[in-house]
Amino acid sequence: MVISPRDADDARMSTLDVRVWRGGAEGSFQSFEVPRHESQTVLDVVTHIQRVLEPALAYRFACRVGMCGSCAMTVNGVARWTCRTHVDQVAADGSLEIAPLRNLPVIRDLVADMREFFHKWAAARGAFAPTRTKRDDFARVAPESAARRAIDAAIECIGCGVCYGSCDVVTWNPDYLGPAALNRAWTLVQDVRDGARGERLAAVAGDAGCQACHTHLSCTERCPKGISPTAGIAGLKRAVAAAALRGKL
Amino acid sequence: MRSRAETWLWIAQRASAALLALCVLVHLATMIYAVRGGLSAAAILGRTRGNVAWLAFYSTFVLAATVHVPIGLRAALGEWLGWRGRSRDAALVAFAALLAVLGMRAVLGVFA
Ligand code: SF4
Ligand code: SF4
Ligand code: FES
Repeated sequence: MVISPRDADDARMSTLDVRVWRGGAEGSFQSFEVPRHESQTVLDVVTHIQRVLEPALAYRFACRVGMCGSCAMTVNGVARWTCRTHVDQVAADGSLEIAPLRNLPVIRDLVADMREFFHKWAAARGAFAPTRTKRDDFARVAPESAARRAIDAAIECIGCGVCYGSCDVVTWNPDYLGPAALNRAWTLVQDVRDGARGERLAAVAGDAGCQACHTHLSCTERCPKGISPTAGIAGLKRAVAAAALRGKL
Repeated sequence: MRSRAETWLWIAQRASAALLALCVLVHLATMIYAVRGGLSAAAILGRTRGNVAWLAFYSTFVLAATVHVPIGLRAALGEWLGWRGRSRDAALVAFAALLAVLGMRAVLGVFA
């Protein structure tokens, strides 16, 4: 529903039917009626419920401007960053179902436990391994080099977990490192300054790593930052296979 | 994670897939040729018997399938049935052997 200024007054009168997950792994949806506003985001809706209707509702957010990656939830069945998802985009019929992110344990209500998600970044060797010290000169990386361009395409990840909550392979194989951790590893594999390429390729190979990806593209379709983890994972598959063929895995 | 072994399985599956794509094309072309040409069973056998090129081609085809199918099944069994570990791999080695034996039996039956 797109609201024109003419019927904005009517819209302000109208309400949304919102069903919100309450509880942990076991629980149920609770219904709320929330006043409709122009330019309202899904996070605004949740905040209204918590401030006005149900103070005990647990949810997570910080920046409200699409930077921190903490507000992801499942909205009408699809993982989204709620602070930058307008109600207009997702609730054409005036109803919303808001649940915690999939593929992660639920702490309470809309709060998913992100620990496993970030453990996997560490398991995929997502930390930069420097090869120089502060006494060395700056590394010179040509902005137009292929490696640097590949990094540019993948580096803006905010760690929101939307991709992770959208990936069926994570559902099927809970050990799978998942799109975000592999995307992070890909940026480091492309980084000429990094000194842990071999260990990283070994860490991301295998049937809990890049080779498990089915190229479903759900992560790519849903990533709010327009990143394609699928492309990075395909790059990792090639890099890992090349290393194996050279006997370096 | 057995990274190296898993990676070789992955390479084997991609390589066998490439081979299979080629084999299927040649196989289809041969089928169409045989059917359109109205070749009888005897005429076909006349061409395949003792034909070493034919034997080599279809043996490659069977072996590519033997490599490719169990590796794909391995992923499907793990993801859909949660069957992982040694028992799965042992079962798949047996299945690969079965594919090889049945396939080669058919090939040799038409060659010899
Ligand atoms: S492309 Fe790969 S990582 Fe992305 S959702 Fe599909 S299986 Fe998961
Ligand atoms: S890759 Fe995209 S969807 Fe996944 S965590 Fe990063 S920003 Fe979120
Ligand atoms: S609240 Fe920070 S990204 Fe949504």
